[in-house]
Amino acid sequence: MLRLKNINTYYGKVHALKNVSLHLGEGEIVTLIGANGAGKTTILNTISAVTPASGGEVLFRREPVTALQPDKIVQLGISQVPEGRQVFKPLSVEDNLELGAYLRYRARESKSDIRRDMEQIFALFPRLEERRKQLAGTMSGGEQQMLAIGRALMANPKLLLLDEPSMGLAPLVVQEIFRVLERLRQEHGTTILLVEQNAKAALKLADRGYVLETGKVILEGAADELMENAEVKRAYLGKDKKEIWER
Amino acid sequence: MKRELLKFLAFTVFVLLLPLYFQGGYLMNVLVFVGINTMLAIALNLLLGYAGQISLGHAGFFGLGAYLSGILTATYGWNPWLAMPTAAIVVGGLAGLIGFPILKLKGHYLAMATLGLGIIIYIVFNETVDLTGGPSGLSGIPNLAVAGVTFDSDVKNYYLIWGFTLAVILFSLNLANSRVGRALRAVHDSEVAARVVGVNARILKVQIFALSALLSSLAGSLYAHTMTFISPASFGFNFSVELLTMVVIGGLGSVYGSFLGAALLTLLPEFLRAAHDYDIIIYGALLMLMVMFMPGGLVRGIPDLFRKVFKKGGGDSHA
Repeated sequence: MLRLKNINTYYGKVHALKNVSLHLGEGEIVTLIGANGAGKTTILNTISAVTPASGGEVLFRREPVTALQPDKIVQLGISQVPEGRQVFKPLSVEDNLELGAYLRYRARESKSDIRRDMEQIFALFPRLEERRKQLAGTMSGGEQQMLAIGRALMANPKLLLLDEPSMGLAPLVVQEIFRVLERLRQEHGTTILLVEQNAKAALKLADRGYVLETGKVILEGAADELMENAEVKRAYLGKDKKEIWER
Repeated sequence: MKRELLKFLAFTVFVLLLPLYFQGGYLMNVLVFVGINTMLAIALNLLLGYAGQISLGHAGFFGLGAYLSGILTATYGWNPWLAMPTAAIVVGGLAGLIGFPILKLKGHYLAMATLGLGIIIYIVFNETVDLTGGPSGLSGIPNLAVAGVTFDSDVKNYYLIWGFTLAVILFSLNLANSRVGRALRAVHDSEVAARVVGVNARILKVQIFALSALLSSLAGSLYAHTMTFISPASFGFNFSVELLTMVVIGGLGSVYGSFLGAALLTLLPEFLRAAHDYDIIIYGALLMLMVMFMPGGLVRGIPDLFRKVFKKGGGDSHA
């Protein structure tokens, strides 16, 4: 469904992604794990065309989408839930969700269809319904994350890109959010690319994973295999750690 | 939405009945200016209050509208009803062209760029003497006329200007509550997030800049046709700052706030005239107090004030 071929991305002179190649099948949940600065967010932003790639190719459903503008990417069915949630704080929950459907409104899609989708989001996250008139900035981090996901879903995406949805949230809330992601795949067949620091939770949910280090893919494989991989265990799962003086 | 409509209807009735109270006195002329300034403040508020983009050059667009209308009618004998939309489209288009490069700038840099733009336009008015009459101004601009009625008295002009002002208010309320209004507020809050949901922030900013200039130009044309004389002094940097003050004092991101700000800043000097030389001191002090105690602008500050006074009264009765 999505394929990245030898992607190179720069921030000024900084070479952030070095020949990154990866792929996602229809209905798959794939996770990208790696330390800070490994290039996880850059991969998502390159797919979303927010940070254009300087070399390589992104294919979505076999069509090249590398040179498109961000709004075209959303129109094709790729929505991103950005890092740090980035909900529109001075706007109400409802307004935030309506903004998620911005391009559908522009395309003159029927308002009742969009309304119905909003009710579905409320069914997925009942807490958002209780707060539909509340300003997004006054909600808790978990609720804002739910709203950010809801906003992305309002565009009716085929592929959902999530950037560290668990960041700064209580474990119970993380569980709730991950359960919703699983439900999305089962009920709507949504394909999900999940960037996470919380490698354990991410690998539990995902089918496959890629491990990134300083802009390069260093490992890839099925999630359960990665979970058992000694290197991953040591570096990202906090198991079998060696004290510094033992190295 | 229904409540919005009722509010607008109530406001319309208020505007239509106001002249009965003043019986065509001197204040009618001032109220014409309140109407023009309301249009300008709303135009700037769409850009500043909704989209979060500053402009210190809006007096320039106002002046361009006035001069284009004035020159086309007084010098070339066009019909004013044709000159007005022509000027608006030209100014809107020009703003769109200039907006493309300068709206990439943010914050102070955008303020500087628009400041420069306003000053350049002002210099052009002064220096192209053959076209604009230079510092001594352009006179002989015809009044607007409809079906044999010429808008040449204060009362007639009042209804003409406020007809346009009410239309601009209604249009802006609709825009603010639409998909586009939401997108503008989204761009204001976080450009990255706006882009991720599919809002083309760059194009949208240019579009709202052009629209804002177009509305300012319309206000300028109306100003030219009601005053029948214009000179560069009305379109300088000072007036750009005054417009900005109206928007901030009235309330950012509120259409009715722009009316309150425009009304206050237009009427206040008239009332302060009694204080003779001290008027400018009182004017400045009042503005300072308002910014200090009503940071959300008049449109939010006045209801808050009522609530506070009301609560205090309730508390006293308990004591």
